[in-house]
Amino acid sequence: MGLKAYVATRAILTVPMLVILTTIVFLIVRVLPGDPVLLHFGKQVNPQAVEQVRHILGMDKPIHLQYLDYMAGLLRGNLGIAFSNYQPVSEQIFSAFPATLELTLYSIIVAVLVGVLLGARASSKYASVGDTSIRAFGIVSYAIPVFFLGLILQYLFAIYPNELGHSLLPATGRISAGDAPQGGEFFGVHLQTGLYTVDALLGGSLSQFLDAARHLVLPSLTLGIALSGVFIRITRSNMVDVLGQDFVTAARGRGLKERTVLYSYGLRNALLPILTVLGLQFAALLGGAILTETTFAWGGLGTYLYRSIEGYDYTAIQGAVIFFGLLVALVSLVIDVLYAYLDPRIKY
Amino acid sequence: MRKEGAGGKMVVLGSGMIIVLVTMMVLTTFLAYSGIYYPYNPNLAAVNCAAGKLCAVPPSPKNIMGTNQLGEDIFTHMLYGGSTMIQVAILSVLICLAVGVPLGLFAGYVSGLWDRAASLAMDSLYAFPGLVLAIAIASVLGTGVVNLAISIAVVYIPSYFRVVRSQVLSLKEYPFVEAVKVAGARTPHVLFRQILPNVIPSIAVIGSINVADAVLTEAGLTYLGLGVPLAGVLPDWGWDIYYGKTLFLSGAWWAWFFPGMMIVLLAAGFTLIGEGLGEVWNPKLRR
Amino acid sequence: MSPVCGEGKVTYLVEAKRLKKYFPVRRSLLEGVLGKRERFLRAVDDVTIGVEKGTVLALVGESGSGKTTFGKLTLRVHLPSSGSVTFNGKEVASFKDKDLESFRRSAQMVYQDPTAALNPRITIGEAIRQPLEFNRLGSVSDQKERALKIMERVGLLPAEEFYSRFPHELSGGQRQRVVIARALVLDPVYLVADEPVAMLDVSVRAQILKLILELKQELDLTMLIITHDLAIAKYFSDNVAIMYLGQIVERGSRQDTFVNPMHPYTKALISSVPVPDPERKRERLMVPGDIPSAINPPPACRFHTRCPFVFERCRVDEPALVERSPGHFVACHLYDKK
Repeated sequence: MGLKAYVATRAILTVPMLVILTTIVFLIVRVLPGDPVLLHFGKQVNPQAVEQVRHILGMDKPIHLQYLDYMAGLLRGNLGIAFSNYQPVSEQIFSAFPATLELTLYSIIVAVLVGVLLGARASSKYASVGDTSIRAFGIVSYAIPVFFLGLILQYLFAIYPNELGHSLLPATGRISAGDAPQGGEFFGVHLQTGLYTVDALLGGSLSQFLDAARHLVLPSLTLGIALSGVFIRITRSNMVDVLGQDFVTAARGRGLKERTVLYSYGLRNALLPILTVLGLQFAALLGGAILTETTFAWGGLGTYLYRSIEGYDYTAIQGAVIFFGLLVALVSLVIDVLYAYLDPRIKY
Repeated sequence: MRKEGAGGKMVVLGSGMIIVLVTMMVLTTFLAYSGIYYPYNPNLAAVNCAAGKLCAVPPSPKNIMGTNQLGEDIFTHMLYGGSTMIQVAILSVLICLAVGVPLGLFAGYVSGLWDRAASLAMDSLYAFPGLVLAIAIASVLGTGVVNLAISIAVVYIPSYFRVVRSQVLSLKEYPFVEAVKVAGARTPHVLFRQILPNVIPSIAVIGSINVADAVLTEAGLTYLGLGVPLAGVLPDWGWDIYYGKTLFLSGAWWAWFFPGMMIVLLAAGFTLIGEGLGEVWNPKLRR
Repeated sequence: MSPVCGEGKVTYLVEAKRLKKYFPVRRSLLEGVLGKRERFLRAVDDVTIGVEKGTVLALVGESGSGKTTFGKLTLRVHLPSSGSVTFNGKEVASFKDKDLESFRRSAQMVYQDPTAALNPRITIGEAIRQPLEFNRLGSVSDQKERALKIMERVGLLPAEEFYSRFPHELSGGQRQRVVIARALVLDPVYLVADEPVAMLDVSVRAQILKLILELKQELDLTMLIITHDLAIAKYFSDNVAIMYLGQIVERGSRQDTFVNPMHPYTKALISSVPVPDPERKRERLMVPGDIPSAINPPPACRFHTRCPFVFERCRVDEPALVERSPGHFVACHLYDKK
């Protein structure tokens, strides 16, 4: 099978997966709990009011019609109306998404940097003390709850210095008091991404950029370190394999420096698996993002989901969950295609 | 061989940690419920400490790890607070084993339409962000040990399914399977006595890593307020962090830090066992 | 009339008639969606052949010729796409319940790779005992006793000690003894040996072959031995059939095949066997290239792409298996020219 055919097959297969996924979520959220409206309002509200809410939300119809409504709405990007404020869920999600995107992007950079550097070092000192301690770091970073790590970093680098009268890093939020960066005009088009660091640069404000970046340090370190364990492991094991191969021995035989061998031969060949792991870890990354956002009061999807849970807002929960699912499905599609494109050895 | 030695050491170290923690949990649960020693009396603590912050005493000779806002001894919490977490984690792994392994066995063995349908459903679940799915299920099922275990199990069943299925797919082509069929073996024998024993090592590896995942997911759900509600006489590490995060702004880091370290130890113990077993049994799959 | 019937008085224990086995080639999902035609691997393509009671038939061919598939068809590991296999005159594919059980006891197999043929997690004693359990023959202690007895017979000594060992603790030759013991514990009458020594060290091959031959005599087995090695066929068999791309190209007695080979493929195979006498001169017949794919076999005579004597007719006309001398069948146009 050629590359194009593979991409087509992979894309076709994504469709039934998405249908199943959304159906599962619909069943879990709408059918399992009985009546979401009653759960939301409790039993003391008068029945008429409940009926009215039900009607507004379209939940007075039979369940299979609700399902069809929901699926039809999904196709148009409509995720229903939130219980809490009767606003469209999709709008709320889209306004919260950039915050989550910004956090995850910087976290990936941290995770890959930490993972690749430590993993490469571990493989060069294979089975030595350095290797052992790096592996121990990997296990601890896997075993530490991400929110717990967040609290520790938050205390050490924000709260505690504050108690001593120094303001080192901000403990919560995306930006200090004041407006969010608004982006800027380019060639008559207003560009605004919702990523504060990018918008600040687009708007040409260095101080806003630095402020946003300072707010990003702790959350992205938290999430990045929590994810780095997997990258350490995969880099290490792949490089140990690559470094044992004949062409690397030959390179050493030609008198190349160990550093050059390690980074330009070993690392280059370990990069593809890292890409795969990145795809596989994307789901875990989003899970971690929810908990990290909660810790740092980061106004993204995680915080949105957390508030929806607290308020028993089932359409919002359902919408957020489905959005996360779609995101993961699309990212893994892109990663698979990228992988097929990058690795000349693979024939499909 | 050096690599296998490292794997063996990891298993020993991890098992040691888990044995200590589980023994501690069984012992303290017994002490608390038999009335020999209560870790704290919620009512009494509330009477003594109404003003929140004042009661959170930093570590001192009397309370070596300090007390929380209710005046409860944190060291006692460390000893007594693991029981819910371990129960939920173990129960969820048992559910995964009971559902994922037979499904994987059958799907891999019979192939065909059943296999495709099961694989598609499992792949869809697998693609889902685990914590998000657990949140969705836990938020509608409500909290409780069993409900929480189910929410977590649903997330991890696909991992068992995939591993078991792919192994069965290759194992069933082995001549030894054909040989017992030629000798008259029936399908249940082939599945459970010829194929299953060969899958058990991988099940043990993902099973133990999975307990760690379950512990972390349980802790995460509790952190989001979806944990098993505190009731009875036992404290809980997860809730300690949940309440601690409101406390830490006033600087009482000890109230959440020590219980949190216990969660790390528990999860690290199971991770060590899983990774160690993986290395011992299959040195090629060092990942 | 099938050629087999022409031989009159012989009684076949196992007989294949116009036997075909086509395996569908897996299509990818996209190919399925686009409606590409399903393709088949023609592993066994119209084979008519029998194994006489009490004799050894050697089925010789390169890997990919379909010989193993044929052997498994006679054991009902696969069911035929068309044609039939009979055992004692009864259709193997139609066996049910009791018939199938008794067939399973009567027909057994020895595998090429003893390591893959033994479950790594089951002790060898259990592996040998289990067939008795499947067929509910005697109590567990009886079964153990019988297993120990057959272990002694195949040379796994001391049997008591070997009983509780795992396959990985044994040498390749010992493992093959286990596989043989497992096949014989049910007292079968028919044994398929699929390349029984191909994966073994050269040093133990002779011992294992000798063991199989002894057991054949002792137990009065009827055997199908599948091999790519003509030397084994020569050492072992009463009759020989040569298989190429799913079809029989020549069959006859051992004498016919080795003294008077007729098909160019048979001649090539025989000339490639090393002869221990360097003084002796022989004509060597070389066959170029590899065996073509059984998914798209060459049309007409399947051997024409590699045959040194190929002429026009071979490319258009499929040769039939014709009796050239009593009991000696050859499928080649060369002998029609005269």
